[in-house]
Amino acid sequence: MDNTAIRFTNFGFKYNAQARPTLYDINFAVREGEKMLVVGPSGSGKSTLAHCINGLIPFSYPGEITGTLLVGGRDTKKESLFSLSKTVGTVLQDSDGQFIGLTVGEDIAFSLENDCVPQGEMISLTKEAAAMTGIETHLSHAPYELSGGQKQRVGLAGVIVDDVSILLFDEPLANLDPATGCGAIDLIDRVMRKTGTSVLIIEHRLEDVLYRHVDRVVLIGDGRVVADLPPNELLSAGFLGEYGIREPLYLTALKYSGVEITPEMSPENIDTMRLYDADTDKVKSWFACPAPPPRVSSGIPFLEVLGVNFSYDEGRKALSDISFTVYKGEMLAVAGTNGAGKSTLAKIICGFETPDSGRVLLSGKDLKDDGIALRGEKIGFVMQNPNQMISKAMIFDEVALGLRTKGLSESEIKQRVNETLEICGLYPFRSWPVSALSFGQKKRVTVASILVLRPEIIILDEPTAGQDFRHYTEIMEFLLRLNKTGVTIIMITHDMHLMLEYANRALVFSGGRMLADSTPAKILTDPKLVKMASLKETSLYSLAKRCGIENTSGFVQHFIDYDRRVRNIE
Amino acid sequence: MSSKLGLGYINRCSPVHSLTGATKFLMAVLSSVAAMITYDTRFLAAMIVGAAIVFKISKIRFREIRFVVIFIAVLMLINSVAIFLFSPEEGVMIYGARHEIAHLFGRYYLTQEQLFYMFNVILKYFSVLPMALLFIVTTQPSEFSSSLNRIGVNYKIACSVALTLRYIPDVKRDFDDISRAQQARGIDMSKDERLIKRLQNVLSVIFPLIFSSLGRIDTISNAMELRGFGKNKTRTWYNDRPYRIADYLAIAFCAVLVAVSIALNAVNGGRFYNPF
Repeated sequence: MDNTAIRFTNFGFKYNAQARPTLYDINFAVREGEKMLVVGPSGSGKSTLAHCINGLIPFSYPGEITGTLLVGGRDTKKESLFSLSKTVGTVLQDSDGQFIGLTVGEDIAFSLENDCVPQGEMISLTKEAAAMTGIETHLSHAPYELSGGQKQRVGLAGVIVDDVSILLFDEPLANLDPATGCGAIDLIDRVMRKTGTSVLIIEHRLEDVLYRHVDRVVLIGDGRVVADLPPNELLSAGFLGEYGIREPLYLTALKYSGVEITPEMSPENIDTMRLYDADTDKVKSWFACPAPPPRVSSGIPFLEVLGVNFSYDEGRKALSDISFTVYKGEMLAVAGTNGAGKSTLAKIICGFETPDSGRVLLSGKDLKDDGIALRGEKIGFVMQNPNQMISKAMIFDEVALGLRTKGLSESEIKQRVNETLEICGLYPFRSWPVSALSFGQKKRVTVASILVLRPEIIILDEPTAGQDFRHYTEIMEFLLRLNKTGVTIIMITHDMHLMLEYANRALVFSGGRMLADSTPAKILTDPKLVKMASLKETSLYSLAKRCGIENTSGFVQHFIDYDRRVRNIE
Repeated sequence: MSSKLGLGYINRCSPVHSLTGATKFLMAVLSSVAAMITYDTRFLAAMIVGAAIVFKISKIRFREIRFVVIFIAVLMLINSVAIFLFSPEEGVMIYGARHEIAHLFGRYYLTQEQLFYMFNVILKYFSVLPMALLFIVTTQPSEFSSSLNRIGVNYKIACSVALTLRYIPDVKRDFDDISRAQQARGIDMSKDERLIKRLQNVLSVIFPLIFSSLGRIDTISNAMELRGFGKNKTRTWYNDRPYRIADYLAIAFCAVLVAVSIALNAVNGGRFYNPF
C-alpha cells in the first residue's frame, strides 16, 4: 500500500438536486502525517469536498460521483459511512450543534458507545482522549457550561477517541474569537504531533490557520483545484485575492510598501519571516507618506448608557457598571469574547432585558418606560442569523411586515418598502422568494426589514460571522454606505478585521466589564489589553515592531486608510 | 434544564440516587400500577407515608419541587370539583349507603360517601405523584436513556429522549431571541392585539424557529452518523450503572406492593374499601 491518506483522481461530484456539478477534475493527494489546508471562498465547493472525504457524500447527500477518491487506500464508493468514520474523524464547523451528549464525557464517548465498547474500557479511553485535548477536568459539564473553545476541544476529543488516521476540520475558526481561534490551531498542531494523524483543515481564514505551520495549501475556486502549493509559494504567487481569499495583512502592507514577496523569505509567518534592511526601510518610508485625516465624530451625544448593572436570574453577573456614550452618526464596534457581556448589553439597549440599576438615554430621554416595540421604532436590532428573522416567503412581504403591523396604508407601505429596497440594493429582487438569496443577500433583507421602520440606530449582532472575504466586504460596504446616510451603527463582533476596517471607535468588553473605549488601531496594538480581552494582536503590529516602527497604532491606522483607498479604486 | 418548572435532575448523594435509572423507572411504574388497582384508603395512605420516607432518604427538599406539587394540587382541586359537578352521587353508588350532610342546591347533596370517594381519588394521585417525581429529579437524564434501553426500549428511541432533553434549552433560547427581535419590529404578541392578528404574529416567530431548528437537526444527524450512530443493533452506555442488591430489593418491594394491591381487591370484594 502507498503512503497516501487521501487521493483524489479526476474526481467530480454533482448533487442530485443540482443541474451542474459542484466539483470538477479534482486531483490531489494528502500523504500520511501531512497537514493540509484547503482554502476557497463560500460556494467554491470546499465543504462538498469535505463531505466527500468523510462519506456524508454520497451516503447522506446522494449524487453522482465521477473519478475516484481513495481514503486510507480504499475507494469511498465501495465503503460505507460507518467504515469511513473509523478512518476519518470529522470536527464540524458548529461546535455547539454537534454536541450530542448531555455531558462532556458522554459526548466524547459517543462513538465508543455505538461501537459497543465495554463501559470500563470506554471510560478510560474517554479520559485519555479528553486529556489529549485538555478538557479532562470538565468531564461532567453540560454543553451550556462550556465556552466555544472548550466545546471544540470536546468535538476533537470525540473523534480522536476512535483512533482515526485522518482528522478533518470543517471551518474550525468560524465561531471562535481571535485568541480562542489561535488556541484551536495550536491544539490541532499538538494533537497531530502526538497522534501522528494526517490533518485536513477547510477554512477561508488563511492568516489565522497559518499561525502554525501547514505543509501544503490547496486553493479551490468554482469547484476546481486552482493551486496546490506549499504555503510560502502560494503566498508569494499573489493570486489569492482573485479567488476571494484574503492574504495575511502583513503581506499586503509589505506589498504596498513595494517589497516583493518571494518563497525564500518564508512569508508564512510574520515572526519568522526573513526581512532585510532594504525591506524594512521600504516599509518605513511607506509609513512616512501622509495618510488622510481620520474620520471625526459629530460630537453630538446620542445614545448614553449610564452606570448599568445587570445579573441574570441565576445570579450570574453579566454587566458591571457600564457607562459610555454613542455619538450621532458613529459606526461603533463592541468587541469581546463570548460571554463578555456584549450581547447582554445589546439586549438592555433594545429593552429585551431590564438593568438592575443604571439608565439608558436616547437623545437625552430616559428609555426606562418604553417597551420593546416602542424602542424598536428608534433602535433597530438585527440578529446574527438572518434565518432567525425571516418569516415571509417573499422579499417584499418580509420587508413590509413591520409596516403592515403598524397598519399603514398599502400605497405608503409600497413606497417605503421600495425606497428601502433601493437603498439596500435589493430592488431588482423585490418579487423574488427569500429562499433564492445568498446568505449576504438575506442579511441585507433583514437589515432592510429594520431600516424600513426608520430607526435612528441599528445594532447588528456579528454582521459577518462565517462569511468569506467577498461577502464580508459586500455586507460591510453596504453598512458603511448606510452609515454615511446618517444612520448610527453599533456592531457587536469578535472579528478584528471588521473592527479595524470599519469602526471609528470600539468598546472592549471582558467578563461583564468595559476594559477600553478607544480607536480600533490603538486597541489592537496594546498587548496588555489584547491579552485581557482575549483578542489577538494584528499581524500589522508585529510587522511594525519588526521594522522598528514605534508608533504602531499609527502604522495600523495608516494601513487601514491606505488599503481602503486602494480597494475602492479597484 | 428548565429549572423554572422545578423539574430537572437534582444532584445529591443519597441511596435513592445510587439506584439505577431503570430501577427507579420500574419503581415508578409498579407503584403507579399498585395505586391504580385499588381504592383501598389504608393502602393508599400507607403508600403516601412510604413515599414520604423515600423522599426524606433522597435528600430532595420540598421547596425544590414545590412548584410542581402546587401545580398538581390545583389540578386535583379542579378535578374534584368537576367530579362533584358531573356525578354528585358517585360515592353513594359505590358504597351502597347514603349519609347526607347537607343539601346544596338542585340535585346536589353533600354526602359522606361522596366526600370519602373524592378523598380516595386525591389520595390515589398523591400516592403516585411522589414516585414519579422522584424518578425525574433523581435520575440523570443521560442515564435515563440507558435505563429505557435496558428495559427493552429500542436505543434509537431512548437516545432521542436524551437528545430532546439536550436541545430543549437551546430551542427555548432561540424562541426568546426570535420573539423579542420580532417584537422590536412592532409585531405584538401580547393580549392587547386581536386574537386573529395575534395568531398571525405568533406565526412570524414560529416559522423562523422551525427553520433554525431544522438546521440544527441537520447538523446533529450528520454529527451522529459521522460517529457511527445506528451502526449496530445494540450499543453500550457511558453512563450505565450495574444493578446492585439494593436495586433488586427495591424492585421486589414494589412488586410486592402490586401483589398486596391485587390481594386487597379480593379481600375487599372489589376495588373499594367500604367503611360504611
